[in-house]
Amino acid sequence: MTTTAPRPPRRSLPYRALAAAAVCGALALSACSAPGSGSSTQPRTKSASGISTDPAKAGKVTLSVWDQEVRGGQNAEITQLNKEFQAKYPNVTIKRTSKSFSDLKTTLKLALSGNNPPDVVEANQGYPDMVTFVKAGMLLPLDSYAQAYGWAKRYPSSLLALNRVSADASHFGEGRLYGLSQMGEYIGVYYNKAKLDRLGLAAPTSWSELTADLAKAKAKGELPIQFGNLDKWPAIHTFGVIQAATAGKQEVRNLVFGTGGAKWTSASTVQAATTLQDWARKGYFPSGVNGIGYDDANKQFAQGKGVFDITGTWEAAALKGPMGSSLGLMPTPPSSKGLATTGGESLAFSVTSKSKTPDVAAAYIDFITDAHAADVMLRTGNLPAVPGKAVGKLSSSSIEGQMVAGWQKISSADGLVPYLDYSTPTFYDTITAALQNLIGGKATPQQFTQTLQADYSKFHQG
Amino acid sequence: MADRVRAAYRRRAPGEPRALGYLYIAPALVVFVAMVIVPLGQSVWYSLFSWDGLSVATWVGLGNYGALFSDPTLRGPFLHALVLLVFYSLLPIALGLLLAAAMSRVRLRGLTFFRTVLFLPQVLAMVVVAVTWRWIYAPSGLLNEALRLVGLGGLAHSWLGDFTLALPAIGVAGTWVGFGLCMVLFLAGVQSIPRERYEAARLDGAGPWQEFKAVTLPALRPQIAVAATLTIVAGLRNFDLIYLTTAGGPGNSTAVPAYEVYHRAFEIGQVGSAAAVGIGLTVLIFLLTVVVSRLVEGTQ
Repeated sequence: MTTTAPRPPRRSLPYRALAAAAVCGALALSACSAPGSGSSTQPRTKSASGISTDPAKAGKVTLSVWDQEVRGGQNAEITQLNKEFQAKYPNVTIKRTSKSFSDLKTTLKLALSGNNPPDVVEANQGYPDMVTFVKAGMLLPLDSYAQAYGWAKRYPSSLLALNRVSADASHFGEGRLYGLSQMGEYIGVYYNKAKLDRLGLAAPTSWSELTADLAKAKAKGELPIQFGNLDKWPAIHTFGVIQAATAGKQEVRNLVFGTGGAKWTSASTVQAATTLQDWARKGYFPSGVNGIGYDDANKQFAQGKGVFDITGTWEAAALKGPMGSSLGLMPTPPSSKGLATTGGESLAFSVTSKSKTPDVAAAYIDFITDAHAADVMLRTGNLPAVPGKAVGKLSSSSIEGQMVAGWQKISSADGLVPYLDYSTPTFYDTITAALQNLIGGKATPQQFTQTLQADYSKFHQG
Repeated sequence: MADRVRAAYRRRAPGEPRALGYLYIAPALVVFVAMVIVPLGQSVWYSLFSWDGLSVATWVGLGNYGALFSDPTLRGPFLHALVLLVFYSLLPIALGLLLAAAMSRVRLRGLTFFRTVLFLPQVLAMVVVAVTWRWIYAPSGLLNEALRLVGLGGLAHSWLGDFTLALPAIGVAGTWVGFGLCMVLFLAGVQSIPRERYEAARLDGAGPWQEFKAVTLPALRPQIAVAATLTIVAGLRNFDLIYLTTAGGPGNSTAVPAYEVYHRAFEIGQVGSAAAVGIGLTVLIFLLTVVVSRLVEGTQ
């Protein structure tokens, strides 16, 4: 045999041994145990009576905070509140790390799984972030702090619900409280006053008036709704607003939070899908809407192309510049099912379970969300989740005034419905692709709702 | 084993202390193992689990790999990547060859200038490229306006919003980026072909096509292999262009594996599945480059 066997290539043996050693080493280094094991211990909780609400007594403390408030007004607001907190409690030093939203999203998991995570982090609501963190025991339940500080009185329950995760971390919207959000946001109807005047129309006061106005605008050669869906997510908001009007707030809430056995294939959701597709077919949106960028569409609206623009309050500042007083904003006008619009709140400030000073961390969260903080937020051009007394100082004709007035109207009518992509861990993918199909005429409203329901039942059964 | 080692070493030529050689490459090897091999091993390990990135993972064996074939939202991206290879690899090479063949017949004045201009897309940051093409393809963008200007308004489309056209549209942007590199490689190759060969071919009565087939193409083999490898790798790990133009839409018609890796690992917390897609992509790139080097380079 040895004579007939091919001669091995000259460097074969040491080379192979080395390669084998490298691979074995690599596997040995990484493959000691299942990923994530050893990190999951559920955090201990204190009772309300064991909590110190006075950080001054905590001794010298460094509080490490990760936030995503990097943009103009948001940065101004948090910078000032941090300064005030440290002035009030000179023994506390705040070590702030601010990152953009996507930077925070991609690095927070690693930071949390380390041994020295920040004390306070801004966690994004929903399955991929907050629920995952809670499941891994990374965040501290704040219910006893909520009791000590009276947060349930400060916030409407629908806003607190978004920051709640069930005890078994299987779903969110109810259960333990894991954070507080500073700011609110909602999808509103922006309108071009000058164009409405020229069409002889007033700002619509009901859903049926709004839909009638769309037809009138189209008939007179105007673009009824400025809209761009190349970025995939904007249609979630447009569809959410329509669905809130046709199905009403309770059904949408049941759907998103998985309560009450609601189905995406219900008649009212099919009707909402039909409406959206009709709007696209009738040319209420610009043509080729799936190929227009979100920012481009808003820029076009600001330049006077389009009577309405259905999008979030976060666009108010950018639209105000070029449009001035011809810009108007209102919450989605009420349908026969009542006032309901898609919206939510900013990321939740949460306390990590490995924080050595949870009492100070909670006191900080209390401080940046109280009535005084709301004033600071308003002054810096933000929409506080719970607007304080400073609201009266805003002019009701200014865009900020309209934005805050709309928020209060929604809050008092309890009309906020959650973002639809909160429904299941994979729902963002499912609904964004399905909406592009629906708008592009690739799927019927029935097929669209069946696609959503398939993802939904898979999650709620499995 | 020990006998075989001894036997292996006895065969080596005198004065050739081979084992010592590894000491010289040790520093580089340590870095390579730490930065490439260990993470690769880790990815393989992760891909065998269903893991959200934080809590304890559940063992799923080869389940994540099975999904690469059975799940249409995972199979689709790989098919799209193969379609994109036509635009990222085949077309740039064909264009590059065409230009190189033309240049081999005529000596152009100001060649350096043209070479620089045509190579420019390769130098631009991908973000710039993506933003530019988004403008070009917008419904009221450059391409549609140009079509309307010459009376071809009927051909105007919402290019990136069209279910069948979005993928080729992105592909064309990829061709634009890639063909400069191929052209420069081939031009360098062509310039090193001895002129005598062309003269000989012409004396034998060869036309442009025969000249290309008999002289240029065989001489450019190594360059074609390099160009094919580089463009295939670039095409398959194409992430930024998709991420910044369509994010996989409309529907899922432009989703590609590299985008799925990012999306699953960082956005929706399916780290195991992301790792499996990544490993699948690595294997695919490896196979294709091996095929290329065998076919084009003709090495064993």
